[in-house]
Amino acid sequence: MLLNLLSYQFMQNALVAGSIVAIVAAVTGYFVIVRGLTFAGHALAQIGFAGAAGAVLLGINPVFGLLVFTLGAGISIGVLGKEIRERDTAIGIIMMLGLGLGFLFLSLYQGYAELAYSILFGTILGISRTDVVVTIISGALTLAVLIAIFRPLLFSSYDPELAQARGVPVRALAIVFLALLAVVVSISVQIIGILLIFTLLIGPAATARRLAHSPFAIIGLAVLLALLYVWVGTFWAALSNFPISFCIATISFVIYLPVRLLLPSWRRRRSAIAVAGIMNTNIPHSSEQVAQEEPMEYKQELPRITTDMKGDGV
Amino acid sequence: MNLFQIEFVQNAFIAGSIVAVLTAIVGYFVVLRVQAFAGDALAHIGFAGATGAAVLGIASLIGTYFFTLLGAIGMGALGERVRGRDLEIGMVLSFALGLGVLFLNLYTSFATEAVGVLFGSILSVTRSDVGTILITSIVMLLILGFIFRPLLFSSIDPEVALARGVPVRALSIGFMLLLAITVAEAIQVVGVLLVFALLIAPAATAQKVSHEPLSTIGLSILFGLLFTWCGLLLAFFTRLPVSFYISVLAALSYLVVMLLTRLRTPYRYKAPPHPSRECKDPTMIQPPVDTRPLQEKVL
Repeated sequence: MLLNLLSYQFMQNALVAGSIVAIVAAVTGYFVIVRGLTFAGHALAQIGFAGAAGAVLLGINPVFGLLVFTLGAGISIGVLGKEIRERDTAIGIIMMLGLGLGFLFLSLYQGYAELAYSILFGTILGISRTDVVVTIISGALTLAVLIAIFRPLLFSSYDPELAQARGVPVRALAIVFLALLAVVVSISVQIIGILLIFTLLIGPAATARRLAHSPFAIIGLAVLLALLYVWVGTFWAALSNFPISFCIATISFVIYLPVRLLLPSWRRRRSAIAVAGIMNTNIPHSSEQVAQEEPMEYKQELPRITTDMKGDGV
Repeated sequence: MNLFQIEFVQNAFIAGSIVAVLTAIVGYFVVLRVQAFAGDALAHIGFAGATGAAVLGIASLIGTYFFTLLGAIGMGALGERVRGRDLEIGMVLSFALGLGVLFLNLYTSFATEAVGVLFGSILSVTRSDVGTILITSIVMLLILGFIFRPLLFSSIDPEVALARGVPVRALSIGFMLLLAITVAEAIQVVGVLLVFALLIAPAATAQKVSHEPLSTIGLSILFGLLFTWCGLLLAFFTRLPVSFYISVLAALSYLVVMLLTRLRTPYRYKAPPHPSRECKDPTMIQPPVDTRPLQEKVL
């Protein structure tokens, strides 16, 4: 039965594209969580809706429309940057504008309902060879850039102030990362649809973060989980005729829920220590540690200074 | 005018206005409490409710109420820590969307129905829907009026409010329930995906212009009504979707107001991003004036 399914062209396309998307999304998703960009990830996808719908209206492949819109939005979110409190609102409003425009484009297009459905919720049947090629190329590029900026990105994600003080280009990294996120979102849309990108982006990393606590272990586990979700979801969808986004979202949620409820999250300090190990820095992570260390240094220093002064004076 | 004698136009205007007023007031608190994402998630959960109701053959408004309320209780019970919260909300959101897609799949004419729920179908609001919306909105406004002061206090400074004996946790769960019902009503007008247009945009725009809570809420109501009415009128005359016009009007006015305030206030004078600026501009706070007589000052 399963082997039979594998001989279909659409199944091969879906699995190849799905696996690439799973790997890239899981790695990016880890940084999305650490940087607190979950809402931005969600919003980027929905802004992309306008691009996809516009591309369809013009008769272009939706992936290109998506890339243009999400890249534009990602870079402008990165440039707007600083004030987190205001950012949520601003992102939300830009997201709303994107959705409204997308809806306009779709309603101008004839027979829009089915198309809207497939852009919003994804389909395993609609992935062509071209889509697979585009996915492979952009996925490989994204991974290469992520590996190249891995260390500074991790550092600036965990402690942006210290990173800035050490000369890491924090702001540039933030913009580059949002651009990468835009690419990942664009290639994920064809598999899972605009509305459920969250499941692939956040789901695996959120689960992995509760099971492991060094960054490498989390990312590795997240990639494995994401591949599992996509493969099981694709076969489930093909066998049961349910929409694929429902299948992947359900698997992701069913695995996340017990992990979330049963395992306490690793203390932030432990993961921060793991990061500090990679970065060769030592940062006092809890107030107790600071409170214990400082008086001791003070006591050690104090006698030495006084003896020196005595020596100088006499 | 001839237009206003048609029944569905009347329904659309009445329902739109009621919803605009309610969302503007609740939206003020949503912006203040930085719960935009929670509002968005509740809307997505409402999607599962609306489609589930379609499968069971119930009115979609009832299904939406039921699911958003469940979601609000879940979120209120789950979320203690501020930091991890986005993740949990997001996971519930995507699962609810997945469920919605499944329900759509079970329902026969799914694609058209999906677009209606996702992008709003205010022109198909019935008289009985208007009645339901009117009654729930009045009840909600009464409750909001009743808890207005403690809610405002706990939204602006939860720690001090807690220290003063305000039941912060109960208020936050209560507010989530109010938000759930508001979102369910907003879905009727602008749809699941564009709830922000009525919930966040009017309040956020008003907050850029004014700082006093009451005048901000008043302005936000004004913006909400303006967007809804202009959107409806434009849609009737050009035959493009209502929610497109509402969302574009809302987004443009927010962006224009944001640019104007940026141009007017130089960067160095900008208030720090702290909740307390909502009630008083910190740059305007003067040191306390010493009113004692000169003799005492010298001594």
